[in-house]
Amino acid sequence: MSTAHQSIWVRLGKPAAYTGKLTILFLQVLRWIFIEPFRSRKGIRRIATVDHMVETGIRTMPTLFLIMFLVGLILAMQTANQLKQFGTTEFVPGLVGVAIVKEFGPLLTAIIVAARVGAAITAELGTMVVSEEIMALETMALRPVQFLVVPRFIAMLICVPALTIMADVVGMAGGFFLGITNLNILPIEYINNSLNYTDFSDVIEGFAKSLAFGGVVSIISCHEGLSVEGGAEGVGAATTKSVVSSILFIILTDLMFTIVFY
Amino acid sequence: MEHAAENISQNGSDAPDVIIRVRNLVKKFGPRAVADGYSFDIERGKTTVIMGGSGCGKSTLLKMLVGFLPVTSGDIYYDDLNITQLNDDEMDTIRRRFGILFQYGALFNSMTVGDNVALPLREHTKLDEKIIQMMVKMKLELVGLRSFEDLMPSQISGGMKKRVGLARAIALDPEIVYYDEPSAGLDPITSAVVDELIMKITSTLKVTSIVVTHHMDSAFRIADHMIMLDRGKIISEGTPQQIRNDPNPMVQQFINGEPDGAVPLNQTADSYISDLLGVK
Repeated sequence: MSTAHQSIWVRLGKPAAYTGKLTILFLQVLRWIFIEPFRSRKGIRRIATVDHMVETGIRTMPTLFLIMFLVGLILAMQTANQLKQFGTTEFVPGLVGVAIVKEFGPLLTAIIVAARVGAAITAELGTMVVSEEIMALETMALRPVQFLVVPRFIAMLICVPALTIMADVVGMAGGFFLGITNLNILPIEYINNSLNYTDFSDVIEGFAKSLAFGGVVSIISCHEGLSVEGGAEGVGAATTKSVVSSILFIILTDLMFTIVFY
Repeated sequence: MEHAAENISQNGSDAPDVIIRVRNLVKKFGPRAVADGYSFDIERGKTTVIMGGSGCGKSTLLKMLVGFLPVTSGDIYYDDLNITQLNDDEMDTIRRRFGILFQYGALFNSMTVGDNVALPLREHTKLDEKIIQMMVKMKLELVGLRSFEDLMPSQISGGMKKRVGLARAIALDPEIVYYDEPSAGLDPITSAVVDELIMKITSTLKVTSIVVTHHMDSAFRIADHMIMLDRGKIISEGTPQQIRNDPNPMVQQFINGEPDGAVPLNQTADSYISDLLGVK
């Protein structure tokens, strides 16, 4: 009985400690964004931040847009199939719009960014740990959090919401494509219908979520990268863990937002 | 001053002007002591070589000396400042006093060779970009790689990376330069080039050099003072001549590179036969 009890606490302890470590890194990031630039000469590295925005934002677009267009198309087909039974296919634009803006857009964008950019961040920082570059930074009196984490964090915080809004539009375009080619809905009708059902509050919800997702992915991927131990094997293990933890934390964050906005 | 005069007569060299004092330094990973009570002095302006076999705790000692790894107990003084008591911000002032050449250079792969050398200058000084560029050229000239400024680290060889790493280590004109295995992975010629550089930099820039290595040739070539470690203990210390004449069989085995001797070839404790047959 007592051993079963213990194992539950041990099992709960691990994710709690992990969340604690992520929180510490997050607080350090906030310190280097809001306090240190005014206290010391060590400001935010703008050029690096822009470089990471190109990597996170622009280079993710092709994959993301292709996936979102197809998801919009699939979503429209699935809902149309169901709604045909009731002869109410005119609800397709609204359903697809709401589903994408509130859920699929933010969620898929975050997952794709985690898999594409988050994994790359972990692998890059992990390799820097292995090749002693992190130690070199610290012994040069430079802080890895200021130097490496902050630019990546800011880039994600800007890019993930921006990508999400674009992903929403592309996803709805997928539904639009099916609507006008297969469901005999007029283009203007489809657009009007989508806009009627999608409230501004839905857009805000999606935006808030995507902001949180960006933060979650960047903090997890940087934490995993900086805590690599061992050689190449360690980098591989950390990269896997980074993507898995990111997706898990994205879903948990999503759940919390959904409960709040329910 | 009297004390100094005494030392001149004893060593036939300058008075020992100690820059780093290590006292009873202990580092444990779990129950295993990697450093088991090191005490030694590092003289200003001299080249001190720390030697020992693989896994004897050389790298751990280096990491503690530069404040990268916390110590379990003991003290490390830079002049009169005990760095084991300092927090990260206070440590920064000490960090500016030394440069480190890492085993594989540890250049930042996302930056050009020139930007790597310029990084400490850009981050820690308010110098004009033109002056920084000039200083980068000077430092690279010192290691003989001035025309390689615009290449990326992935485009140059291992030996060149080390030399760029050295240029970066001395960018801020440090008082102390640490070298972690400067000849590891280099051919004998490149290794000799790096040794020459270490001696040149020690004498022309008047820095204190601390070299961690297990290459005997290069150790005896560059050292003013040597410290030999084995399994967390200092087993011998002195001038290269004193080390050569040390009767300790472990020291002799290490210097002469003999596979078996005081340090046994076979490191397993239990009986081979009983292990194979699965009986205890």
